[in-house]
Amino acid sequence: MLGGVCAGIADRYGVDPLLPRVGLVVITIGSSGIAALGYLLAWAVIPVAGEAPARRRGRARGRRGSWRIAFGVALLSLSLLLVFRELGVWWSDKLVWPLTLACFGVALLWSLSRPEPEEADEAEAPEPAAEPGERARRMSRAGFGISLVVAAALISLWANGVLDAAGDAALAALVVTLAIALISAPLWWGLLRRLSAERAARIRSQERAELGAHLHDSVLQTLAVMQRRVDDPAEVAKLARRQERELRSWLGGSPPARPSERLADALRSAAEEVEETHGALVDAVVVGDAPLDERLGALVAATREALTNAAKFAAEGGPVRLYAEIEEGTARVYVDDRGPGFDPERVPADRRGLRESIIGRMGRHGGTAEVRSAPGSGTEIELSMEAAE
Amino acid sequence: MSAATPSVVIVDDHRIFRTGVKAELGELVEVLGEAETVEDAVREIAEREPDVVLLDVHMPGGGGVEVIGQVAKQRPQQRFLALSVSDDPQDVIAIVRAGARGYVTKTITGEELADAVRRVRDGDAVFSPRLAGFVLDAFAGDLPAEEVDPELDQLTPREREVLRQIARGYMYKEIAHRLSISVKTVEAHVSSVLRKLQLSSRHELSRWAVSRRLVD
Repeated sequence: MLGGVCAGIADRYGVDPLLPRVGLVVITIGSSGIAALGYLLAWAVIPVAGEAPARRRGRARGRRGSWRIAFGVALLSLSLLLVFRELGVWWSDKLVWPLTLACFGVALLWSLSRPEPEEADEAEAPEPAAEPGERARRMSRAGFGISLVVAAALISLWANGVLDAAGDAALAALVVTLAIALISAPLWWGLLRRLSAERAARIRSQERAELGAHLHDSVLQTLAVMQRRVDDPAEVAKLARRQERELRSWLGGSPPARPSERLADALRSAAEEVEETHGALVDAVVVGDAPLDERLGALVAATREALTNAAKFAAEGGPVRLYAEIEEGTARVYVDDRGPGFDPERVPADRRGLRESIIGRMGRHGGTAEVRSAPGSGTEIELSMEAAE
Repeated sequence: MSAATPSVVIVDDHRIFRTGVKAELGELVEVLGEAETVEDAVREIAEREPDVVLLDVHMPGGGGVEVIGQVAKQRPQQRFLALSVSDDPQDVIAIVRAGARGYVTKTITGEELADAVRRVRDGDAVFSPRLAGFVLDAFAGDLPAEEVDPELDQLTPREREVLRQIARGYMYKEIAHRLSISVKTVEAHVSSVLRKLQLSSRHELSRWAVSRRLVD
């Protein structure tokens, strides 16, 4: 009946709204009004959470509720003050009535300052032009609220005899300042909330624009190119794979690869490079990681050479496989293929790739390279290098 | 290993993908049904009683993990094989820990997939090279001795070696040959790794990827 908190609770847990209401009254009386404060807090805070269903309920109830809410709050505060007086606290009539009046006015202003559902949904649907009648009603209600608070301030001044006594000007100023603060607080509050809602909407639209731009530059471009290359399946597969990899790393939100600093990233990027240059599939699995130094740089270069050889001579045997593990101070790289294989003893002397770029390079940097292959049984190359972990 | 054609239910929220899988499996596997939501999947599996459920990791309404959870209550013996485009280690480890007996990527060929289905039907585990890499990574590094349950939290050197061979892309038969052991022994090692992966309380297991990225 008041802020709809009880109805909300009842709605949420599927019980009759009467139950929590009766409960609230009992608790209020029992706890000498402290629960009532809790109620006010809940009323102020729940809509702030911006729950969609709450918003929808707010729309259904409309602005007509603000009178009832304000009236309810006034009654509530009145009962609160009376309870306090009953308990022997010093409230006199001079204070109780102006305070009740002020509460009525403030509640009216606050209920007006709560964001309207239309405003909250602004980002999704353009707001229909606010009806002038609604605005006028709001203004009159706000005016009434303000005058109530002012009246309450004046009454309290008069009742306490402050108006006659010029010497109590300080107290008068205090009360007036308080009244102004009470009047303007909801306005500030509403303004702040509107600002934050606008900011959220702006961030959302920025994100959407960024996503659109990214998809346009990447996926749409690739799709366009692929349509023009339909007669070249290998090229299409390559494009699709590159795009897939790119989109994956973008979606995954993983930190950007640092192939110049980390061994794992360097090996993966070598695999991607070979895949792109030679059009063969390279499946890479890397376990562990280490910072890249000169020796590991040589390991990466040797790996790239081994992958290139496999891609050139063994691509028809299925994907080239790269497996690397960095553990206990040693980096081991395996490059396996199911290609035609060869006899390592009989590699022509002018084929510098294997002898120089792989075996020689690994040896010069203190690592080892082993090549196992036989005609008809694929090739495995195992590279090993000490790594500073 | 029984020779009969294994039967499956395909659970995936993309119709085109289900159609593609069905076409690729052809005669090799009998497709009893399809489902694209968690509820459909649970009903369909209970009704058709397939040997194996091919399960997508990401689906609206909780995904593959949810399907496994709900089906396991009625059919604890039901076998699942995760089939996914996701190669996020956390997703993959999560679905295997939920109870899937293996994980393969969607780029797998029809023949390989049929083979994987047969293996899962026969109670074996199916590890793709990528999953083997994830597992090696998850079990890498030493824990303080007092926190380790050696039964569950550590791989034996032999299990490690088998996983390494899988990560290098070798088939079970090739691995058996290369390590001079029988295919049955390879399968036993993989099943044992699967058990450890599902039961180990190694705390980081599900979150290891994150920590691993932060550590360096």
